[in-house]
Amino acid sequence: MTVVTDRPAPVSSPTPEPARRSGLLDRMRMRAVPYLLALPGSLWLVVFFVAPMIAMISLSLTQGDIGAGFQQTFHWQNYTHSISTYHVQFVRSLEYGLISTVLQIAIAYPVSYWIAFRGGSRKTFYLFLLLLPFFVSFVLRTQSWNFMLADNGIILGPLKNAGLLAQNFHVLATTPAVIGGLTYNYLPFMVLPIYVALERVDPRLIEASYDLYASKVRAFTRVIFPLSLPGIFAGVVITFVPVSADYVNAYILGGPKNTMIGNVIQNNYLVNQQYPEASALSFALMAVLLIGLFGYAKALGTEDVLEAAAG
Amino acid sequence: MTTISQTLPATRPERPQKVRKPRTRFGDKLLYSYTWLVILWLMAPIAVMILFSFNNTPGRYNTTWRGFTLKWYSTSKLGEFSDLTTAVKASLEIVVVATIGSVLLGTLIGLALGKYRFRGQAVLNLVLFACIAAPEIVMGASLLSFFTQLGVARGMMTIIIAHIMFSLSFVAVIVRARVLTLDPSIEEAAKDLGASAFTTFRRVTLPMIFPAVLSGGLLAFVLSIDDFVVTNFTAGGVTTFPMWIFGTAKLGMPPQVNVIGTLIFLGGLVLAAINLMASRRQNR
Amino acid sequence: MSENHIDPVLLRGMTQRRLGRRDIFKAAGLGVAAAGLAACSVKGQATGKKTVAPDAVAKFWTGKTGTGHVNFANWPLYMDPKHPELKKFTAQTGVTVTYSEVINDLPTFFAKIQPQLAAHQSIGYDLMVITNGVEFAELVEFGYYAPLDHSKMPNFTKNVAPKYTQEAYDPGNVYSVPWASGITGIGYNPKYVKTPPTSLQDLQNLIYKGKVGMFSDVEEIGVFAMLAVGANPETSTPSDWQKAADWLKKQQDAGLVRKYYDQDYISALSNGDIWLNMAWSGDIFQSNASNGTNLQFAIPSEGGTLWTDNMTIPITADNPVDSLKLIDFFYDPAIAGSLAEYINYITPVPAAQAVIAADAKAATGDDAKALNQLATSPLVFPAASSLAKLHYYRAFKTSAERDQYNSIFDPIVTS
Repeated sequence: MTVVTDRPAPVSSPTPEPARRSGLLDRMRMRAVPYLLALPGSLWLVVFFVAPMIAMISLSLTQGDIGAGFQQTFHWQNYTHSISTYHVQFVRSLEYGLISTVLQIAIAYPVSYWIAFRGGSRKTFYLFLLLLPFFVSFVLRTQSWNFMLADNGIILGPLKNAGLLAQNFHVLATTPAVIGGLTYNYLPFMVLPIYVALERVDPRLIEASYDLYASKVRAFTRVIFPLSLPGIFAGVVITFVPVSADYVNAYILGGPKNTMIGNVIQNNYLVNQQYPEASALSFALMAVLLIGLFGYAKALGTEDVLEAAAG
Repeated sequence: MTTISQTLPATRPERPQKVRKPRTRFGDKLLYSYTWLVILWLMAPIAVMILFSFNNTPGRYNTTWRGFTLKWYSTSKLGEFSDLTTAVKASLEIVVVATIGSVLLGTLIGLALGKYRFRGQAVLNLVLFACIAAPEIVMGASLLSFFTQLGVARGMMTIIIAHIMFSLSFVAVIVRARVLTLDPSIEEAAKDLGASAFTTFRRVTLPMIFPAVLSGGLLAFVLSIDDFVVTNFTAGGVTTFPMWIFGTAKLGMPPQVNVIGTLIFLGGLVLAAINLMASRRQNR
Repeated sequence: MSENHIDPVLLRGMTQRRLGRRDIFKAAGLGVAAAGLAACSVKGQATGKKTVAPDAVAKFWTGKTGTGHVNFANWPLYMDPKHPELKKFTAQTGVTVTYSEVINDLPTFFAKIQPQLAAHQSIGYDLMVITNGVEFAELVEFGYYAPLDHSKMPNFTKNVAPKYTQEAYDPGNVYSVPWASGITGIGYNPKYVKTPPTSLQDLQNLIYKGKVGMFSDVEEIGVFAMLAVGANPETSTPSDWQKAADWLKKQQDAGLVRKYYDQDYISALSNGDIWLNMAWSGDIFQSNASNGTNLQFAIPSEGGTLWTDNMTIPITADNPVDSLKLIDFFYDPAIAGSLAEYINYITPVPAAQAVIAADAKAATGDDAKALNQLATSPLVFPAASSLAKLHYYRAFKTSAERDQYNSIFDPIVTS
């Protein structure tokens, strides 16, 4: 998309040089532009994202209660005590997160593959269909599943009446129900990045592999799949973290042994008002998840990531 | 990318519909059916929700199907629970302000990151990434800690602040991705033709990034109207629609919830359709 | 739509080694922030005052006038949805009422209003119904209630049952007057439960495996478990709590408990997800009346829980004068009777019984039957012998005690 002018094609530089004026003031004004543009949003993020994180860390080291107030005492035991009390839920959340993420990759990959390679002109339409459920509130969707999966509801009822299921069979209040809910709610977040990565695969590479007598399977395992890894990585980033920290699914669809660390944090904050311990758990959760993500990125190798980034 | 054969064009070709090596049609059919199965699975609870908004149930309980009716779509029935109406109004107010705010701030950041190189760029990118990747419960909890320590009472203001915060990073990333693909020579040409910086922005840059801004706005809308966790922590005395569902679903979801859910769904559909048309017109 | 594609610049920025921790800290100014925040603490709410100053009532009410409107916050299922009593109130006094069923569980409601009350801001409600218990005690301790002006409450003084003027949680009704009392017992679905449960130990009966529901509120399950192990909840000690917690753990480990519910047990009970559950007396009858279910309620032989929901005025209320008028209005026997007819909970106005009996005489057919049942129901007008079996929640003297109680019972519910 180049415009024909008398001047030679300009070197594409990120900082546009002023075409005619070149005074000092103008150069300074030019330099200031990005800072001015980014300032309002950055300020907002610093004040309402970064500072609260610091506030939470600070609160996690206090002691006290609502009545007497919270005193800053650098009380590290908040961390050790709360993690040791709730380590079961912590580990369970990471387990659920892992299982759900793997399930999502397994479910989403074929769909992304089909849309990217076979979707043709209707690609956007299919993606749109996949994102459609997101226009309904997440709580409402989960409640809808709660309704659909009731012990004698619209799915299990007829099956039980037909004698295909035992009378005391139930889906709700079990681990599969919670993992199913988690997988359902975050699936589109996995489909999209994989789709984008697959869509960018240069078809000439695939052609080349066929030219070199690769079978369909080999073309997939040696060419397509490795090129889609950054998409999978991106998908994991956007799903593993929220899934592990979720509590709505466990609350609505789960039973006694399905409590996740999110439920514990929510309970401690909003019910018991034990802010120090709740903050400690929150920060520990985020630290664990982010460290996990960074470790995963390293394991993938930054090279793979960069290649997809450049492509 | 080196050309594999002399006959291939220098630019990337349109994805070929027929590939040279024969493919099993069975494999394709399988994938096709599978994709539709997944789509249906994703839509199932929505369909049930919409269906039961037409249920002819006598009272608040909406558990068994008793026949088709439109009665729940009347304003008198919809307004039966005054706190539900208040919650929906609150949600709508929040979503309008939050979408506008996050689109404004996010677009500016997207422009800055996409067009220029400046100090602190890497840190800003990192913060944006952290904002997108951070779990909602941690964001909500940290905002609660923050407002508690400052002694700020939680309410409408704090909800809007939180919504703008998490939405603007999504808008920024989308706009930036688009700005990165822009050809700077067009703007240069505009300047050559005597346009001031502002006019260049208004008549050249903005139209080019408009689909991305619209996309970001749509995403901000969906994120805000849907949000439960962060809102729950920052709401104080205010109740929003998702919070109302969460709280009173305990007694059984009344049909009004299905109706309002359906209406919001249709609203989002219309917005998405507009978005699609706008980006189609802006053919790349 | 590729809004969820992680941008390559972002990925690059995230994974390149040149961005060290020092840069991040510098950017966040953490060094400075940490030093500054080390000084940050959160102020306490307790006022330390244990008794009410004699002039507190005068100090609060002097100069306050009616505004013509009241914002009423209540629990669900506590009033006929058509609000006949509120309509009568408006017709009689000209004061309009906005009724919101926003209280679903006390800890959440309390957590919502507490920061606003701490900041001396209005919570948006002038009248709120709070159960006796931990939150009630905290609201008193932090000075968040307005002291009631009894000189403006003639109906109350005349019609309230004497026992409600000497409650341990608010002797002399300084801050609150009862709205309704209720009993926590065992609710069950006779379609699946063939022998009606009579004892708390029935909740441990293995034939109900996976079909038992319990409350998630630690105060409620604490009382039940303590009664089940033979302890008196009101005077229980930490060792009693531990025994009670073990009873609950046994129940959970045996796979009996399907879920710990907040308020949503009714739908689970009626659609067969659970067969028996801890339940609030009035909820069962309301469900039967408005949804045509056939659930039953039983008070266990070991006893049950009695709780009282009280009308209170927050100290930052915008319309306290009219709120007080509304409070007193509900002590008119006709109004109290009308309310009890719908909500089926214990009314603090004994004269309401005569009103309901009169309504029963005037009614016909099914209505008459139902009203007669109501007028003589032991769950709405309990005999003294029944009341003797019922216990209040454990009251805590210090927040350390409360924390200890929570730490023993929380792990059961958030297992």
